Amino acid sequence: MSVRKNKWALPEKGGALLIFLGALLILVIVVSTGMGYMRISAIDVIKIILSGIGGNHGHVAGSDVLYPYVVLDVRLPRVLTAAIVGAGLSIAGVVFQGILLNPLADPYTLGISAGAAFGASIALFLDIPFLGIYSVSIFAFFGAVATLFTVMSLSSSDGIISSGNLILSGIIVASILSAGISFIKYVADEQVSIIIFWLMGSFGSKTWVEVLLTFSFVSIGFVICTFFARDLNIISLGDRSASSLGIDPNLVRIILLVTASLITAVCVSVSGIIGFVGLIIPHLMRFIVGSDSRMLLPASALAGAILLLASDTVTRAVLPVEIPIGVLTALIGGPFFCYIFKKRQTVLDSGQ
Amino acid sequence: MDSKAIFEIRDISFCFGKLKAIDRLSLTISSGGFWGLLGPNGCGKSTLLDLLARCKTPGAGIIKYRGQNMGDYPRKDLAKEIALVPQDFYINFPFTVKEIVLMGRHPYIPRFASPSGHDLKIVDHVMGVLGIAKFKDKYITDLSGGEKQRVIFARALVQDTPVLLLDEATSNMDIRYTLDILDIVARNVETMGKTVIAALHNLNLAATYCDKLILMKSGRVVSEGDKDEVLNEQNIKKVFGIECHVYFDNYSGTRQVVFKRRKGM
Repeated sequence: MSVRKNKWALPEKGGALLIFLGALLILVIVVSTGMGYMRISAIDVIKIILSGIGGNHGHVAGSDVLYPYVVLDVRLPRVLTAAIVGAGLSIAGVVFQGILLNPLADPYTLGISAGAAFGASIALFLDIPFLGIYSVSIFAFFGAVATLFTVMSLSSSDGIISSGNLILSGIIVASILSAGISFIKYVADEQVSIIIFWLMGSFGSKTWVEVLLTFSFVSIGFVICTFFARDLNIISLGDRSASSLGIDPNLVRIILLVTASLITAVCVSVSGIIGFVGLIIPHLMRFIVGSDSRMLLPASALAGAILLLASDTVTRAVLPVEIPIGVLTALIGGPFFCYIFKKRQTVLDSGQ
Repeated sequence: MDSKAIFEIRDISFCFGKLKAIDRLSLTISSGGFWGLLGPNGCGKSTLLDLLARCKTPGAGIIKYRGQNMGDYPRKDLAKEIALVPQDFYINFPFTVKEIVLMGRHPYIPRFASPSGHDLKIVDHVMGVLGIAKFKDKYITDLSGGEKQRVIFARALVQDTPVLLLDEATSNMDIRYTLDILDIVARNVETMGKTVIAALHNLNLAATYCDKLILMKSGRVVSEGDKDEVLNEQNIKKVFGIECHVYFDNYSGTRQVVFKRRKGM
């Protein structure tokens, strides 16, 4: 049996790591905003953002008059949405793994993505005009929330929700919804390509409305999760130990379940299905900072923001053709998932 | 009443769905002493411990702790009174041993505060006593079953409570660590006046360490009291349905139970 020394999980080093990740995120935001069809230097990006905050709509003497428009109205909303969604999915990943006591859980384990996809498919199929461009997002959001409550009521008995029941109910509900989506695709005719494209996820044509919406949900969710971070740690000892330590495991589980699901729902509704970020990032960070949720949550949020923003910038500005972001993260994340799964099996086989 | 009652259990029942796990059980447990909880599989030992730790609430009847209705106790306060060492534990995440043990101080540490010097001192002390200090930086997921169980036991000891509930807390340990743990528990009972209620499978270990025994069957108490009164052939036959011989053993200085092979089975 290998003996791993946990030399990273010290709070001082953790603090330094958070500062490093925070600085890296700001750097990636600035560089990404400058990249694309029109290359804008990092200095100009910073100047435009600063004068934009000052209310001048980013006019900077001596540079192209189009730059402020490109930076503030086109690129920055997309860049920030990608970063916030990356952070949100990673926070949700930490929380779902913690409450489901399963390192292989992710924000989509409970069928939340399938619910959102089903809602979005209905909106796209019916082509509802009165809600304008937000009809898909709104349907996706309510699809996700309805799925969450269905899964929760399926898995509870006498008001107690067990993690095993949750995973099982999630899988059952998700497979029913997947069949529903297939049916909609089958009858959809012309809209089928729009539905498929939405399901693959994209940050294209995001606006400040989406930035503010995701930011408010993700940041409030982050505060709630951080408040319960120590309870989340103790829940991994099992319900009996947790409740003898003065925690109500069922109450904490329901609060965190609803919080993480709402974060996921709002992320999915603006960006489509983006898999594996919520799985990879918590794992990677657990390896570096240890399992303490108080460190794991902020570290995962920052790392998730960096990873998803970098991936989105690669498909937007580096690759010759824009690959849907959901496809790219699944292509990187899928093999990683297999690796974790295999490694876990070998650990279990070696007499655990 | 000669000694003060710490738990007063009146007519409690608890069901899992339709299955009655605890059936109108009444029991008074006096303060201080090592109580052994014996009975066949599924007789309700774990459920009774869960009810005493308030991991579960009885469907009917009341449990009083130090004269106060247990349901009225704030959870955090109760966590400073009663600690439970569960039988089954499966920790899926690579926490270090020290992180796990420190979780036992949770009721004493305010939400956003760091553990105090006093908390860390207790943690170091208990890890030293239980011989787990040498792997305090190892991950719990890398330990053997017996080592894990000692960590879980340490987690409950640092909680520093007057009442300790053990649910088969030594089931994965070899005999040496089992005796070590039971010695530590017995010492805590004698020197600090703690009350320990331990569900055990091994009748002879129970006889060696406990002062009092509670025999359970089908969610009810069959017999309870001083171990010399409770541990006899009739009671064991009534509860477990087996033949045995109970005698006073000079080496252990207590009653012991022996069995013989049943022919023709």
